[in-house]
Amino acid sequence: MLLFIFKRFLWGIPVLLTVATLTFAIMHIVPGGPFDREKKLPPEIKANVEAKYHLDKPLHKQYILYLYGLIKGDLGPSYKYLGRDVRDIIKDTFPVSIQLGVLALFISIIIGIGTGVIAGIKSDTWWDRLTILFATTGISLPNFILGIILILLFSHFYKIFPPALWEGWRYMILPSITLGFAPAAYIARLTRSGVIDVMNKDYIRTARAKGLKYRSIVLKHVLKNSIMPVVTILAPLTAALVTGSFIVEYIFSIPGMGRFFVTAVTNRDYPLIMGVTLIYTVIIVLANVAVDILYTFLDPRVKLE
Amino acid sequence: MSKLSIISGIFLIIISLSAIFAPWIAPYSYDLQNPTELLQSPNLNHIMGTDRLGRDLFSRILYGARLSISVGIFTALSALIIGTIYGAISGYIGGRIDNFMMRVVDVIYSLPDLLLIILITVILGRGWISIFLALSLVSWVTVARLIRGEVLRLKELHFIESVKALGANHDRILFIHILPNTLGILVVTLTFRCAAAILAESTLSFIGLGLAPPFASWGTLANDGWGAIKFYPHLTIFPGSAILITMLAFNFLGDGLRDALDPHKKV
Repeated sequence: MLLFIFKRFLWGIPVLLTVATLTFAIMHIVPGGPFDREKKLPPEIKANVEAKYHLDKPLHKQYILYLYGLIKGDLGPSYKYLGRDVRDIIKDTFPVSIQLGVLALFISIIIGIGTGVIAGIKSDTWWDRLTILFATTGISLPNFILGIILILLFSHFYKIFPPALWEGWRYMILPSITLGFAPAAYIARLTRSGVIDVMNKDYIRTARAKGLKYRSIVLKHVLKNSIMPVVTILAPLTAALVTGSFIVEYIFSIPGMGRFFVTAVTNRDYPLIMGVTLIYTVIIVLANVAVDILYTFLDPRVKLE
Repeated sequence: MSKLSIISGIFLIIISLSAIFAPWIAPYSYDLQNPTELLQSPNLNHIMGTDRLGRDLFSRILYGARLSISVGIFTALSALIIGTIYGAISGYIGGRIDNFMMRVVDVIYSLPDLLLIILITVILGRGWISIFLALSLVSWVTVARLIRGEVLRLKELHFIESVKALGANHDRILFIHILPNTLGILVVTLTFRCAAAILAESTLSFIGLGLAPPFASWGTLANDGWGAIKFYPHLTIFPGSAILITMLAFNFLGDGLRDALDPHKKV
């Protein structure tokens, strides 16, 4: 088991290295150095500054130093927010994004599995058709459009929830729904087909024949077996939540990492772009590993290889 | 095919035609500023209202369709070409080379599309070409995986074995016998890739990282109106609806085509 987990972590290394290299390349391909100002620095000072950030060394040495810094968790200084390290900015904004992400994940799993299971056991009823409609529109509804609709409806037309910022539970509802809606629709579709599949299995008929209550059949046998496909999509789901957070945090002006990432791109604040990108990559790699481990626990038939 | 997907297909044809013939259909030029008619709500002269420079929104949406839809179609086509070649080679050769080629795909695939696209546009800039390149560079991997799977499946079938026995060379087997059999899947993929590309472009433009003015795709237009959504919601609602309806149409059409062309995935 330990060996398996270790192997899965090893898989993350090429991914991280690719991203680290890509971000390093961005820094050096894009014209304009970090210390090019309108007012030219005196050559001695410029040399000093470049020596401090190792910009005077040959490129391969800079690359090695950069990777070494990453291992130590040093992401460098921000170009835009002078005097602040990228690490500090991430430390401030990361918790907000995590709150948003976890809330959205929670919403999508509860709503997705809930509606999916009911639709599956009551297939061909109005509830089922409603769920199918929800699943199809939910997947093709871009989240920024949903955000616009929700803000128009619940902040401007009915003034129930605030349209922006992140200062208490009332601020969290619209953004979390916006972010969690498409995943919820996707999970509902998967769960529904999973449930229909399981309901036709022999062991469910056996359980019924033994006289088990319908409730306990659904809760004990159907639910557990039909959510396996949902576990497999948790990793792509994490990726979707990450990119969704750029948009949702932009729309609702939430001071999270996603919005800082978007402004960093507009400001060409390369160290911040790189730092945030690397954090996202780590999250996604960890999610992939976690899903693999979870899967082997839930389904003993999966072999550890 | 269901009625819904046929309607969607017809709708998409109409949208594409009106994008092509925008200069003849649009009541005004897309950049005609009219200082006497600023920020009007929809009315008889301007059926979708005007923006803060007095430009007719309906005309701008018609011209915006050119950008949004052409980015979608060209990206999907190039992703299809790159992905098919890559996937076919990988699946057909098999063995170690296949293994290595698929690891490369896995690395790209595991990262979120939008993140990669943003990083690539940081390098390439923010024009039409660089958005198109960034989208294509990211979206071919999905196609490559699909086609590789199909090629792996097809090359084990008996008719390929008999073609081999007849002495056909690899090129002939791959291009004459295997790839034409993936055509159904390719058409379905093309539709979904189009939708994904249009969505990615409009999302990027909406958060201000996509096409910059003077280009005005639907995403850019929606972003333009976003700042004043409280007072002039029509500036966001109309471009937003254009994106939404087009996305729905592509997805319904894709679903219909999949049911019609891909017998393996029939639900």
